[in-house]
Amino acid sequence: MSAIIELDGIRKTYRSGSIEFEALCGVDTTVNTGEYVAVVGPSGSGKSTLMNILGCLDNPTEGHYLLAGEDVSAMTEAHLAEVRNRRIGFVFQQFNLLASLPAWRNVELPLVYAGVPRSERRERAVAALERVGLGDRTENRPGELSGGQQQRVAVARALVTEPAMILADEPTGNLDSRSTADVLELLDELHASGRTIVLITHEHEVAARAERNLVIRDGQIVSDNPTARAGALV
Amino acid sequence: MNWLETFRSAGEAVRAHRMRSILTMLGIVIGIASVILTVGFGQGAQKQVKDEISALGSNLLIIAPGSSTDSGGMRGGFGSAQTLTTEDAAAIADSDVVPDAAKVAPTTSSSASLTAGETNWTTSVVGTTTSWIDVRTRDLAAGRFFTDAEVTRGADVVVLGPDTANELFARGSPVGQTVSVGGRQLTVIGVLDSSGASSSGTSEDDEAVVPISTAKSLTGSTSTSVSTIYVEAASADTLSAAYQEIDNLLLTRHAVSSDDADFTISTQDSLVETANSTNETLTVLLTGIAAISLLVGGVGVMNIMLVSVTERIREIGLRKALGATPTVIGRQFLVEASMLGLAGGLVGVLIGVVGSWVLPPLIDQPVTLSVLATAGAIATSLALGVGFGVYPAGRAARLTPIDALRSE
Repeated sequence: MSAIIELDGIRKTYRSGSIEFEALCGVDTTVNTGEYVAVVGPSGSGKSTLMNILGCLDNPTEGHYLLAGEDVSAMTEAHLAEVRNRRIGFVFQQFNLLASLPAWRNVELPLVYAGVPRSERRERAVAALERVGLGDRTENRPGELSGGQQQRVAVARALVTEPAMILADEPTGNLDSRSTADVLELLDELHASGRTIVLITHEHEVAARAERNLVIRDGQIVSDNPTARAGALV
Repeated sequence: MNWLETFRSAGEAVRAHRMRSILTMLGIVIGIASVILTVGFGQGAQKQVKDEISALGSNLLIIAPGSSTDSGGMRGGFGSAQTLTTEDAAAIADSDVVPDAAKVAPTTSSSASLTAGETNWTTSVVGTTTSWIDVRTRDLAAGRFFTDAEVTRGADVVVLGPDTANELFARGSPVGQTVSVGGRQLTVIGVLDSSGASSSGTSEDDEAVVPISTAKSLTGSTSTSVSTIYVEAASADTLSAAYQEIDNLLLTRHAVSSDDADFTISTQDSLVETANSTNETLTVLLTGIAAISLLVGGVGVMNIMLVSVTERIREIGLRKALGATPTVIGRQFLVEASMLGLAGGLVGVLIGVVGSWVLPPLIDQPVTLSVLATAGAIATSLALGVGFGVYPAGRAARLTPIDALRSE
């Protein structure tokens, strides 16, 4: 199995005036292609910082991050944008759909920035929506969809570019238990079809759905264990 | 992301906040419309003056008492002194002294009340000689002009301007009727055609022309002074020669040096220039005010774009997370601002054009639309959008995706 994520001595220091705060103090880990990993930790543990770095939304202060073999730790903002577009599919807690656009237009957004022609974009967006079971909701605006459906639109948006990794940040944090089960089911399916998924959560029930749990506390990985489901899903 | 997508995306954003976009554009709309109308009024006024003066005839020299330094600054006494006389006019008419003057018409002017039956009308009474109608290039709508014999004997005849004729004789032909001026009965022998200088009608069409001798006796004046001497040069080519000859003649006759000249000779061109320089000053002033309002409109665009960046911070963060580079984000906001500016400019031009049709009859002022000003206004509105969009666009481009996504 090839490594999709390689973290080597990642440190992140925030500076506020004269006060320095080390959010990550030396994180080393590797995630292989096709793995379903949950990063678990309480708030303030450095989990979000790690997610930002994994998502190429921020550069580490120190250390190296290889994403699909490419060192992204010191890239410029413009270059990082391109890597995010190509390699990463984001699913956020707040869904982050644009309210003024119908579902398919939300899903096609990453393809717009990838420079995919218009006709192909629509086709691929509709296909991604069908993949998440919303083939009949392509023209609906987010306001006309339930929370669970909105999050599924977001998952379709994450899928549409065929990224190397899906990075889900508390994807069920804003959902009721039925929609939560719905979305987790969808992630299971994606994992089963071979996608790499990194899930950030503070809920242990959610983390238990992954096959490997990285527990983070005070900016360091304190445990890295396979869950009960490890192997069962593959 | 190519430009087409950027435009589509910016257009969607503008439409998504329709009310706000309209209000943002309003500043530019008002600014552009006022610039176009101001320039239009200025040019309309200049054209009107030019037409009126052109109607005087291109070979015309106008000699007025008093002096003026040049076409720009006037010295006191212009037009009010009584330094010109009928003798001066007679001297100019002497073809040996001033060979290039074809016709000479000394003119007096005063205001008087004319009565026809029960109708009263106050107008300017012009006293002159038979040459006047040719020198001023006027035509008769009815009747005839007075003759040299009538001028010599101070006959009780009058030629009315078309507006004056209408006021005094609403029905029937005025020719042959009698008009009373200061108790004296004058027979109307002719009616002038409209000078056609402007649609709105000027004093050119409201006047009563009488022989100069009659005018003198009407006002009870014994002096030979005249208010203006109109001279028609033999041709446009001899205009400057005639100017020199008359200048020399009058300086000699009045025994003054050219520095102390007590008269002013104007040509049509110099009159146009004088009138326009006044107009231009006013136009520049008004356009300046309109330009300031345009600038304020531009600041409005910047203001709203900054609000828009703040308000759409999550959207910007999302777009960046999904792969929009800072350049693409900056470009979208810049295009949005330019669209607001350009759309405002186009609406402003539309209002200006409509205004130039609707306003002139209401305010009795011509408005000439300038293609140059219109094109300039559109370009300016676009430039305002771009110029005032740069800062908000830069702000949007520099937002970091995490901060943008985090904000509530």
